[in-house]
This record gives sequence, structure tokens and C-alpha cells, in this order.
Amino acid sequence: MSKRDKTIYWTGFAIIVGLLIIAPLVLPEFWKRFLTEILIWGLLAMSSDILIGYTGMVSFGHSAFFGLGMYGAAAAILLFAPPQMLLALVFGLIAAAAVSVFVAYFSTRLRDIYFAITTLIFSQIFYVIIFTWTEVTGGENGLTFKRPELGIPGLWSTPFTTETLHWFVLAIVTASYLILRRITQSPFGMVLQSIRENEPRTRAIGYPVERYKIMAVMLSGLFAGLAGVLYAIQNRFVAPDFVFFLVSGEVVIFNLIGGIGTLVGPIVGAASFLLLREVLSRVLTEHYLIPVGIIFVAMVIFLPQGLLGFMRRWLNR
Amino acid sequence: MSTAGAPIQSLVSVEDIHTYYGKSHILHGVSLTVGAGEVVGLLGRNGVGKSTTLKSIMGLVHPAEGRITLAGEPVTNLPAHKLARLGIGYVPEDRRIFRLMTVGENLRIGLDRSGVTEARKQELLDKVFSYFPVLGERRNQAGGTLSGGEQQMLAIARAMMLEPKIILLDEPTEGLMPRMVSQIREIIDVLHREGVAILLVEQNVPMTLEASQRVYIMEKGAIRHHAVASELSVDDPVIHQYLGV
Amino acid sequence: MTIPWDLIVIQTINGIVTGMILALVASGLTLIFGIMDVVNFAHGELFMLGAYLGVVVMATSGNFWLALVVSVLVVALLGAALQIVTLRPLLGRDPLMTILATFGISLVLQNYALWQFGPVARKIPEPFTGRFHLFYLEYPYYRLMIAALSGAIIGGFWLFLKYGKFGIWIRATTQDRLMAQAMGIPVPLVLTVSFAIGAGMAAASGVLFGPLVGVNHIMGLDWVLKAFIVVVVGGMGNLGGSVLAAIFISLLEAYASIWVSPAQAVIVSFIVLILTLLFRPTGLFVPTPK
Repeated sequence: MSKRDKTIYWTGFAIIVGLLIIAPLVLPEFWKRFLTEILIWGLLAMSSDILIGYTGMVSFGHSAFFGLGMYGAAAAILLFAPPQMLLALVFGLIAAAAVSVFVAYFSTRLRDIYFAITTLIFSQIFYVIIFTWTEVTGGENGLTFKRPELGIPGLWSTPFTTETLHWFVLAIVTASYLILRRITQSPFGMVLQSIRENEPRTRAIGYPVERYKIMAVMLSGLFAGLAGVLYAIQNRFVAPDFVFFLVSGEVVIFNLIGGIGTLVGPIVGAASFLLLREVLSRVLTEHYLIPVGIIFVAMVIFLPQGLLGFMRRWLNR
Repeated sequence: MSTAGAPIQSLVSVEDIHTYYGKSHILHGVSLTVGAGEVVGLLGRNGVGKSTTLKSIMGLVHPAEGRITLAGEPVTNLPAHKLARLGIGYVPEDRRIFRLMTVGENLRIGLDRSGVTEARKQELLDKVFSYFPVLGERRNQAGGTLSGGEQQMLAIARAMMLEPKIILLDEPTEGLMPRMVSQIREIIDVLHREGVAILLVEQNVPMTLEASQRVYIMEKGAIRHHAVASELSVDDPVIHQYLGV
Repeated sequence: MTIPWDLIVIQTINGIVTGMILALVASGLTLIFGIMDVVNFAHGELFMLGAYLGVVVMATSGNFWLALVVSVLVVALLGAALQIVTLRPLLGRDPLMTILATFGISLVLQNYALWQFGPVARKIPEPFTGRFHLFYLEYPYYRLMIAALSGAIIGGFWLFLKYGKFGIWIRATTQDRLMAQAMGIPVPLVLTVSFAIGAGMAAASGVLFGPLVGVNHIMGLDWVLKAFIVVVVGGMGNLGGSVLAAIFISLLEAYASIWVSPAQAVIVSFIVLILTLLFRPTGLFVPTPK
């Protein structure tokens, strides 16, 4: 990126982050939490972008990573009293990582549609297991628990307020964004993109495409699991609904609306969708999904590059 | 570029077309004509755009610029299936018969047109089986079980079922034994006698010069030379220039 | 462990009945995929709408067969309209886009049904209520009829593909779209009609299956998932394979239900899918290609 572009980019970045920091101080209670939730879904969508936008692998499995991160965190919180933040993170990430290894294995042996359908089935497998294994997972009703406190174990801790939780989530999401951005711009990220552009050629040049795909899936799964952990912490509640494949579908919608291959696009997509849903549901009660669905299909036909698609090249330089 | 005498009635006229595959600029202003009932050859090395020219005429790709007319009517952006019904037959480079369908079914597709009586259909079938007896024998076999040469015959035969005014032949003799090559040569003559125009893309220079009335020579996506076939011999310097190894 | 033979026989029949309906749904899906490379996420919703239309026509006319015919025709038309408006513009683009588009359509249709019919399940009454004695059960003749009728529809469709003029056009377009065009086949029309046929088949399944379960707006979800599994296991684009796979998977699930709950029995189909993808990805019943 040229010097000038860099300045523009980082200025924009700083402004947006600044606004997000100030936001909870001025917004009413409901919107504070809504904003935090947007960030969490944005993180999930961003993790999915690594696969769809950068490696060219369409996956409907993100609900599995998300869900397992969530349930992993719930397990840590319920098993240890008082609930520990760090343990929740660790458990959630390990659970998500385990699932990603499983999915990653199949990703190398299947292409395109077969991979997409298979990831969808995996989400459903976990859904069924969680739904029916009531003794452990709470089944249909899910699990509720207390929110762990923010702090360093043994030294200091303080309970979260809506504002501090928001800043905590903002910090993690921003850090994730920066890390993922760094990765996509690294040689590794370049190879992923080359796999998306032309897989046979990438292989012909000599890259171990399978290995890269596995790493992409694991990377994606980890951050999706992280989003799950954050969701569990924010909402103090987990349920099998989040593992249902429709959630993955929604995530892919966020990606498309915002613009795949941009990392920020999916966050914008998540925000747009959730806002649209919130606004429409107040006007149209439960049937907001009808116009939302129609808008989405129209976007697929007429604006497939998404809202930020036009910035894709620029954001990735 | 030298010019030959203008054909009597132009059946197909291609005017200055530019065709792209994605970003690749394949045809750079190709112009040619084929008269009614004429056999016209299109020669050139591999990759110069001969197949793309045929596909452009057939409507399988659409030129970004330029015009194509059929019997005086502009047809530049019509879809291929309409052009087939207007009288353009196409025999592609890799034959591409429907391998999972029988010989009979392959032929039947061209026959199922409105306005064709059952009697006429039978006539056409009988005619094609008389030219290609082997197809009659293999009538109920799947296309994929035929040999290369038989598939080529089927590809030509099913184009004939459309009763076209012009047939676009893309390298019909490629990979065929000499005996089959002369069979193809005979078919071209038969079609010519019946008044069907042919645009023949070939690597086989002697056969093309023999069979055609006029030839065009292409290089790098454009027509470089145009001559009456009888005035050109295999050793002509022009041939060596554009086609020699 | 004593083998519950009576349960096994009952479940065999149940498995075949469900399998035939699944086969009908999957046939439509595989036709659509084979001819235009579209993974039709909305297929389950077409099934669901078919069932609801069946409810509506039954309620007004009381005639089951009329319900079946009307439902098939209306949903087929809807399918054609959807294909023309949303899928035609996407022809030739990244296949991901068609998956997303059909996913979007499925959301719209699902919620439309919820809006129009509400969340409470409806029922389609059985067209006739004869029963026969099967061990200790009174087994409805109706279930046997569904299996037979589904089989008849699939059989009729197969004949149409093999001998009908349009059927040949469908086969040609599936094999080689470009050459089909060059042979004068009006490919855009063939694609639209094929989608309509697939939709119609889904609707028929919905109406036939309606009397067995309650009709609600999310009934499509389960079915579309199972249908996808069937299509992949049977070999994508392979009609015979889909039918066999549908019966095979339904039988396995039915047997599994003897020992575990139905909600858990679905894992059987997942396992079959995974095994197929690992060892015979072109399809369980398809000879490995040369």
C-alpha cells in the first residue's frame, strides 16, 4: 500500500474504533448490547471470510465451530466455581479446534459443492448430538450460567458492566481483525488467495494445497470458536439453535452482503443484516425475514460483490 | 491481403468481428464470406482462432464487436439454438456426440423440428444410413461405444438431420486414418452437390485445397490471405509462410 | 438379545414407504442439479408449499386427488417463475451464487408460509382409511398407496426421459449444454421446464406425505437435508442411484429407530454420507468411472 493509502486506511480505522469505544457511553441500554452482539457476529462472519473470501471454500459449517466454542466456554463456566474467564476461553477454543481438525480433514478430500454440503451435515450432526444428549448439554433448552469476571486469576478481578464487556469484546474483535489482516497479507495469505483464483495452477507450481487448506480451516474455526466464547460470556446462555445449519447460512449471508474477501466487509454485512432485521421486525413483527430474504436474493443477482466489494482490492493491498 | 472474385450470393457474411474469452482478445477483426453452396476452407496453425470463428458464427460465443449475417439477415447475437433452426449446422473439433445416448437418439434430435413430416424424417434417416452404413448397424448402440471415426460420421450425420444451409466443420479429419479421411472428403463432395455450403477448418492442407472453392488463411486472430483454391498449391510460399513448420 | 422380527418387518415397510417419498423428492433435486448444476436449497420449501396447497384444496373441495393435481401444477409454475427470475441471471456465474440465491428463496418461502398459515400444524386427511392387520398393528393401506404412487410417478418420469421428445432434450442438455444448443434445442426453455418438473415432484411428495405428519412451515428443512444426502450418496445427477439411495437410507434409519429415538436415528444417514464421500465419492451405487 502506498504511504497515502496507508494514512487513509489507518485514519479510517482509528475513527471507526474510536466511535465504537465511545458508543456505549452515549447509547441507550438495549443498543449498547446490540452493538456488542454485532461485533461478535462480525467476528464470526470475518472468520468465515477466511474460507469463503480468501481460500474460495464455501462452508456451511461455521455454526459448528461457533456452537462448540460456545458450549466449551459454558462447560468451563459450569464446571469451575467461581467461573473463570481464561478457562472459558481455553475450553471454548480447544472445542472449536477439535471440530476444525475434523472438518479440515474432509476439506482436503472434497471439492466445492460436496464440501459445502458435508460441512452443512457436520453442523447438523453436532446439532443432533447436542439436542438429544440432554443430560450433558441441556438438550433443547440449552444451558444458563453466570458471567465470569474480567481479570487475572489470583490477582484481581472485577465483574463486567455492559460498557466494560463491550470494550472487552471490542478489544478482542479488533485484535482478531488485525491478526487476520496480517495473516491474509502474509505469504501464507497470498497462497490462500492463489488457491481461490486457480487451485490447479497453485498445485502445479508446487504448493502443498492440502496443507494450506487444512490450516485455513483451522484458522477459520478458531476465530469462529472465539466468537462463540464471547457470545456465551455476553448472553450467559447457550442453546442448540446456534449449531443449526441455518446459522451458518446466515453467516454466509453476512459475508455476501458485506463483501467477501475484505475481512471488514463481513462485519459490515453482519451489522447491516442485524440492523435491518431489528428495524423490520419492529415494523413487520415476525415476518421480517420475507423482505430481508428478497433483498438478499436481489443482492446475489445484482450486487454479488457486496457492499464493500468495490473496496476489496484496496483493502487487501 | 489479396482478394479473389466476389461469390455469387453470400450466405454467411462475417464482418470485422472481435471475440473475447474473458479478457483474452482472440479474434481481431475477422471478416469472411461463404456463398450459398460454396465450400470454403479456413486454414491456419493451432491457436490462431479458427475454432473461435466457427463458434462465433454458431452463436456459441458472441462477438463484442462486428456483425454476422445469414442470408442477408443480421444474426450477430442470436442464441445458438435459434441459429441451428435457421440453418447452421455445427460439427465441433472433438465431435462431442451425446455419448450416453444411442446413435438413433443422436440423430433424432436434429429431426425433431416443427414442420418435418414423419415421411421426411424417414427419408433423411435412410439417406444418412446410405452414406454411413455403419451408423445404421450401430443404430441402437450408445454413442460412447463408437470408434473415433464412427463418432465423426455421427457428428456430421446429426448435423445433416437439421437440413442446414451451411455446415461448419471443425477439423473433421483430425486423428482419423487415411481411409476415413477420404470418406470425409467424399461426404464434403456429396454435401456440396446437394447445395449445402461448407466452412471447413482444417490442418490437412492438400485435402482442403482440393475440396474447397476458396480458402482463407488465418494468423493471430485475423485473416491474412484469401485466394481461390485452384490458384493455390501446397508448395506455395504463402502456405509455407502461415502454415509451414 | 432377541431379534424383534415383527418390529423389523414393520420398519421395513415403513422404511420403504418413507424411502419412496424421499426418492421422489430427491429425483427432483437430482434432475435440477444434473441439468443446471444448481443445488436447490429451496427444494424443501417447494415440498412444504405443496403440502400446504394440499391442505387448502382439501379444505375447500374435500377431494384428495384434486389437491394433488392442483398442488403439483401451482408449485411447478412457481418453480418456473423462480427459475426465470432468480436463476437465469445467475447462469454461468460462480456456483456459490446459486446456492446462496436458493437459500435466500428458501428463507422467503418458509416465512411466507409462516405468515399465511401460522405456526400451528395442519393436517391433510387421508383419502381412504382402510387398515389391514400387520402383527399387532392396524397398518393403513394409505401408506402402501403412497409408496406405489411415488414409484409410479418416478417410473413415469423415467419413461418420459427415455422416450419423450422433451425427455431427450433434457438428457441432451444435461450431457452437453453447448452441443444441445447447436442442435437446435431451446436450452433456456429446457432448463426452466426441468426446474418446474423438479418443483412439481417436490410438491407431489408434500401432498402424499401430508396425511402422515402435520404440515408446518419448517417441514421442508429435514427433507431437504435428507434429500441432499440421498443425491450425493446416489451419485449426483443419477436418477436410479437416487432412488436406491433413498430406500437404502430410509430403511437403515427405520431399523435404527427400533433402538434409538428418531431424532438420533438421523445420524445413520449422516454416517452413510460420510462413508460414501470417503470411499465412493461418485456415489454408492454408481460403478466407479473408467
